[in-house]
Amino acid sequence: MSDNLETVVKTICTGFENDKTRMIDIVRELQECLGHVSDDAMDLIAEQVGTHRVEVESVVSFYAFFSKEQKGKITIRLCDDIIDRMFGFERIKQAFSDTLGISVGETTPDGLITLEVTPCIGMCDQAPAVMINDEIFTELSGDAAVEIVEQLRAGIPPERLRRRLGDGNNSNPLVSAAVSNNIRKFGEVIFAPLECGNALRKALSMSPNEVVRAVKTARLRGRGGAGFPTGMKWDFTRAAEGERKFVICNADEGEPGTFKDRVILTERPELLIEGMVIAGYAIGAQEGVIYLRGEYAYLRPFLEDTLQKARNMGMLGNDVMGHNGFNFDIRIQMGAGAYICGEETALISSCEGLRGDPKNRPPFPAQKGYLDCPTSVNNVETLCCVARIIDQGAGWFSQIGSKGSTGTKLLSIGGDIRRPGVYEVPFGMTMHDVLEMAGGTGAAAVQVGGPSGELIGPDMYDRIICYDDLATGGALMVFGPERNLLEVVEYFMDFFIEESCGYCTPCRVGNVLLKQRLVDIIHGQGEPSDLTYLEELGASVKATSRCGLGQTSPNPILSSLKNFRPLYQALVKEGQQFQPTFNIQNALSTAKDIAGRPSMHFAE
Amino acid sequence: MAKPKIATTSLAGCFGCHMSILDIDERILQLVELIDFDKSPINDIKEFTGECLVGIVEGGCANEENVRVLQDFRKHCKILVSLGDCAINGGLPAMRNTISLKECLDEAYLNGPSVHNPSGRIPNDPEIPLLLDKVYPCHEVVKVDYYLPGCPPTADTIWQTLVALLSDKPIDLPYELVKYD
Repeated sequence: MSDNLETVVKTICTGFENDKTRMIDIVRELQECLGHVSDDAMDLIAEQVGTHRVEVESVVSFYAFFSKEQKGKITIRLCDDIIDRMFGFERIKQAFSDTLGISVGETTPDGLITLEVTPCIGMCDQAPAVMINDEIFTELSGDAAVEIVEQLRAGIPPERLRRRLGDGNNSNPLVSAAVSNNIRKFGEVIFAPLECGNALRKALSMSPNEVVRAVKTARLRGRGGAGFPTGMKWDFTRAAEGERKFVICNADEGEPGTFKDRVILTERPELLIEGMVIAGYAIGAQEGVIYLRGEYAYLRPFLEDTLQKARNMGMLGNDVMGHNGFNFDIRIQMGAGAYICGEETALISSCEGLRGDPKNRPPFPAQKGYLDCPTSVNNVETLCCVARIIDQGAGWFSQIGSKGSTGTKLLSIGGDIRRPGVYEVPFGMTMHDVLEMAGGTGAAAVQVGGPSGELIGPDMYDRIICYDDLATGGALMVFGPERNLLEVVEYFMDFFIEESCGYCTPCRVGNVLLKQRLVDIIHGQGEPSDLTYLEELGASVKATSRCGLGQTSPNPILSSLKNFRPLYQALVKEGQQFQPTFNIQNALSTAKDIAGRPSMHFAE
Repeated sequence: MAKPKIATTSLAGCFGCHMSILDIDERILQLVELIDFDKSPINDIKEFTGECLVGIVEGGCANEENVRVLQDFRKHCKILVSLGDCAINGGLPAMRNTISLKECLDEAYLNGPSVHNPSGRIPNDPEIPLLLDKVYPCHEVVKVDYYLPGCPPTADTIWQTLVALLSDKPIDLPYELVKYD
């Protein structure tokens, strides 16, 4: 064990006050520093922060961005999302793989570059995309891939690679990303011009109860997709007993096809911070955490800077805006590549330095959340809405949108449309109008709300975007008539199998069984009863899984079976002699070879 | 109206599940009031004489004859029941599934420590059914309608199931009857 490793581990752990609840940060820094977290390193960390080795290893093995094996100095992560697959994922994978001379999962012999694939990195509007360390490259071609590898080999670090910077704050020196905002429609809530501090000042002139009442009067509901009334959540958190309380902003935007939070974080971080401080004031919290997905690490320096500016302006820190006795500050918690951490209890586990395992409910986070303290976990967009509601008034807000769904919704639209990007629209639009707006009127199907949502066809385009009909966190993936929808469904099932935390059996095993039967059907080995099997097993997985992932993971199959049944019916065949997966000749071939005689019962 | 018919068979099983059928004891008198047995080791009828309401299968499929019989059961029985763990999971015979067929035969007839086989031949009479590459649970070969777990399932479980199937009522298996750990 080298002394050097010991020193590095010690420095990093001390930097986080040897606090084992900051395990993700400790491991993340070591991974960045050394390219892996070795067995020795795990022992040292455990010793240093006073925990068991297994606690460290469970974190290292859980998150996609950590590894026990030595990675290259540079990791290239290809975004393997369904939209990327539609727009040339295979082509650029081939280009990287050929130029580097390695396949996915391998590291170049000189130890420079590791090639990996990763699920959606939130760039569906500019696919195909890759992450090179923390840098993002979008709309890649095979030639661009070759050029990138050449530059990396010439010793140019990823952050200095040639590229065209994106619009808005993407060109800010602290961001400097080749990412486009693609804001196609500016609405009046999120993307309206902002006067920093107004909302917070107004909130602080009200009592916390009045703030909660305003949010309730505005009938604001959670923008992450589930649509829980925000005011009610705050009431619970406020009423819960506890010295310390927390506001956590869920910026772990991992639902494939969603990228609206990326744009908010780039263009409206001040609005978000204001929203968080107001939330803190309303529920009586002193601390806020922004849980930022690992894929958006490129935004971190910019967000840290924005937080610092807010501190300088007195919007964060002690006696916020001169309001005596109200102290509030925010830290950023980085994620490390785990979809499940978008689920609020898993997100809390992750903030506490654990594997991203969901927790049992009750107790709900509002009673016992982060570090067992009452915690309100809110989506980025929700918190931004809060700031506007306080600034412009609950009445103003509740007049936008439809009755049960007030305000605007950011839609992340990608796939087979002419104008992919982010649209801020009032609730209540029909899918038909949305498609017309985005230039996708000939669409054969739309996946609403990501893989865990619903796949709908043209006969349902008169359905309405709102909590009572097409409820969505905002992701719309549009598929043209030439796309094979069952392949899309198969991809989504693969995604859930990969991202299941493995804790509960229905999700860990059920999704694999569902996918196997789906593949049999796609390969023409299905019979009509298989459709019932899929429906029944899907219902069981939904009913018996422990968290939202398993409770929605059968949706790709169930909703396509419901809305696109003829696709399945065309593939299944009635009255086969055996189960479609059983082949008697294959089963007998070894014995025939050994015995040197044909079968008595089953002639070929 | 003629009584409904039941058929039973033991494929790659140990007949333990059939013993458990006999464990319904004097209720077998009630049973023959309700049904007739078709092909079954209980009455030694070798081939199906007609269509049956229920087919009860013990054991999984280890050889081609098992497959043939199971196929016959599926063809003749309206309701097919996998009885016991071998039919449902392959059971003990499936322990060979991780070993290649050639290795299994060599160990059994040539290399095993207790083998006495001066001829050094592996039995290969045309009458001997060919073995499958591995032992299959019944539902991987044909469609199975119901599964009764247990090694063996108790007589009460079997009785309750038959009564439910014959009276077309929902099956009521108390927890104690299907709990095995």
